Amino acid sequence: MPKTLFDKVWESHVVDRMEDGTCVLYIDRHLVHEVTSPQAFEGLRLAGRTVRRPDATIAVVDHNVPTTDRREPIREEESRVQVETLERNVADFGVPFFPINDTRQGIVHIIGPEQGISLPGMTIVCGDSHTSTHGAMGALAFGIGTSEVEHVLATQTLLQKPAKNMLVQVDGTIGAGVTAKDIVLAIIGKIGTAGGTGHVIEYAGEAIRALDMAGRMTICNMSIEAGARAGMIAPDDTTFAYIKGRPFAPKDDAFDHAVAYWRTLPSDPGAHYDTVVHLDAGAIAPMVSWGTNPEAVLPITGTVPDPASVTDDAARAQMIRMLDYMALTPGTKLTDVPVDVVFIGSCTNGRIEDIRAAATIVRGKKVAPGVRAMVVPGSGVVKQQAEQEGLDRIMLDAGFEWREAGCSMCLGMNPDKLKPGERCASTSNRNFEGRQGPGGRTHLLSPAMAAAAAVTGHLTDVRELS
Amino acid sequence: MQAFTELTGIAAPLPLANVDTDKIIPARFLKTIKRTGLGVHLFDTLRYGPAGEERPDFVLNQAPYRHAEILVAHENFGCGSSREHAPWALLDFGIRCVIAPSFADIFHNNCYKNGILPVTLPREICDQLMDDARLGGNARITVDLVRQVVIRPSGEEIAFAIDPFRKHLMLNGLDDIGQTLQRATKIDGFEGNRTAEQPWFPGITV
Repeated sequence: MPKTLFDKVWESHVVDRMEDGTCVLYIDRHLVHEVTSPQAFEGLRLAGRTVRRPDATIAVVDHNVPTTDRREPIREEESRVQVETLERNVADFGVPFFPINDTRQGIVHIIGPEQGISLPGMTIVCGDSHTSTHGAMGALAFGIGTSEVEHVLATQTLLQKPAKNMLVQVDGTIGAGVTAKDIVLAIIGKIGTAGGTGHVIEYAGEAIRALDMAGRMTICNMSIEAGARAGMIAPDDTTFAYIKGRPFAPKDDAFDHAVAYWRTLPSDPGAHYDTVVHLDAGAIAPMVSWGTNPEAVLPITGTVPDPASVTDDAARAQMIRMLDYMALTPGTKLTDVPVDVVFIGSCTNGRIEDIRAAATIVRGKKVAPGVRAMVVPGSGVVKQQAEQEGLDRIMLDAGFEWREAGCSMCLGMNPDKLKPGERCASTSNRNFEGRQGPGGRTHLLSPAMAAAAAVTGHLTDVRELS
Repeated sequence: MQAFTELTGIAAPLPLANVDTDKIIPARFLKTIKRTGLGVHLFDTLRYGPAGEERPDFVLNQAPYRHAEILVAHENFGCGSSREHAPWALLDFGIRCVIAPSFADIFHNNCYKNGILPVTLPREICDQLMDDARLGGNARITVDLVRQVVIRPSGEEIAFAIDPFRKHLMLNGLDDIGQTLQRATKIDGFEGNRTAEQPWFPGITV
């Protein structure tokens, strides 16, 4: 029977299957960060358990860390305690760790692929919903809760039922100024925040194949915003070229053996998908979110929607609430919406390619008066690379802040947050109420669109910027 | 984990769809290294005003619902992040059961790990239970996991589905890890075969 990419990776990791279909699923890579792991390590200690496979585990600090000078201790006590707790736990349990001053430190979903830790055909988990990012490698990667983190640490397995298969086919080619971020926002806008519930999404089609690995990671990263358990893209020559030579990737003969295996992973012709969705890449414009969940998106050419045009009572009430929170008036052109802050970074768009895209727009221009703009590289390695390319100078000369690596303003857990009422053009992944700080207002968009908003001071169609 | 067999209590109506985990517990409260003590921050932005004062119109600030043990909500409850702090906050407040037309996958999983029963029922049934919940202290809803029924104040019984394995763990308050470790020999065997068949994956050492 023809199988999907998901079927193949799933079936090759089933250790045992119970009567009701629940499987004991083997986990190849476990990524650990400071926020969702302390209670898991504490659980191990209380039960007298050890970490079964420290050599399949990697820990890093990202959510809490300030993105300012790393020589300073973390001022906020609770954040410091959480970071120190992880440092103690990795030492006690022998878990490999990239500490705060290691160049390899960064957002957990940036460093996995970057270091060659996340590879095709693997099962990869992390106590973080954006683990779906690693699916871009052709891996089955998904977020888990802290109890499951403890379960993986103790057993290197998880108890899971198989997901359904969804195919999102994006045919054609994207136009100038349109990026992977716009594709995924268009997908979520089409299928909704619960459209992928119970499914693993496989992204396929000409427009997906044409993306570089950074773009593929952006797409898979936001699978969870469509409610999917994971997102995957079949590994191909683009994938293998990306992996070759990375620090933890197989080397020499081992690499060739691995590639031969990875070539068996793509979905078989005729494989069954429970749900199929088609998009025409050529019809996708640069996208921006206007509301407080990631399905509330529109092309930048659009206007703020009018609740009066919505017939369903509950949907209308939700739209009114969202517009009220976002302080937007129906009928306003999206390009007339001013911004206070621009944030370029996060596990969605904190890679070198994202910073290059922003720098291309910003080069020779200035951040608009009154706008605070910041670039937060996704890892120390990304930061170093950008500095070697001179991208930091371009951004600094334009008036951007140039920060150290971390989750930063994506989630309001560290000193980088919005003030109440501030409006932010953000390359991150969630526009929930208060996500970037209590009362903060988020517009999700691509790095190029964020850069364009920074230099004009309002949401801008990057295609019309000279 | 506390076992869940049968629960009779006050249900709080929360007629909202897409209640995300940032709404259940904002990220700034995730800096704890403990599982307990998060109940006070449950639904923080809905529950408190800018100065930290209670918003009287929010359901959990109203007298009977301060003691709610059941929550009735709309579609896609718990969407967003994987934070287990969301069920920890619910549990710490006293909620042992959430009833909704649908749940986000990771949140749904996380509930079971903490002895919170997520019950999925069609929207129209949830709307009836929402009306029951609006009766406040004058009504009690029963959730009987053994018989897999929700019992309305009228006595009407509504059946719900649950995976047999999950049910077994919940009824007996069993820890997942203990269950899995009973299969340690199988894990050893799988791991051995995998290393033999795919020896090219290097381990991580830094």
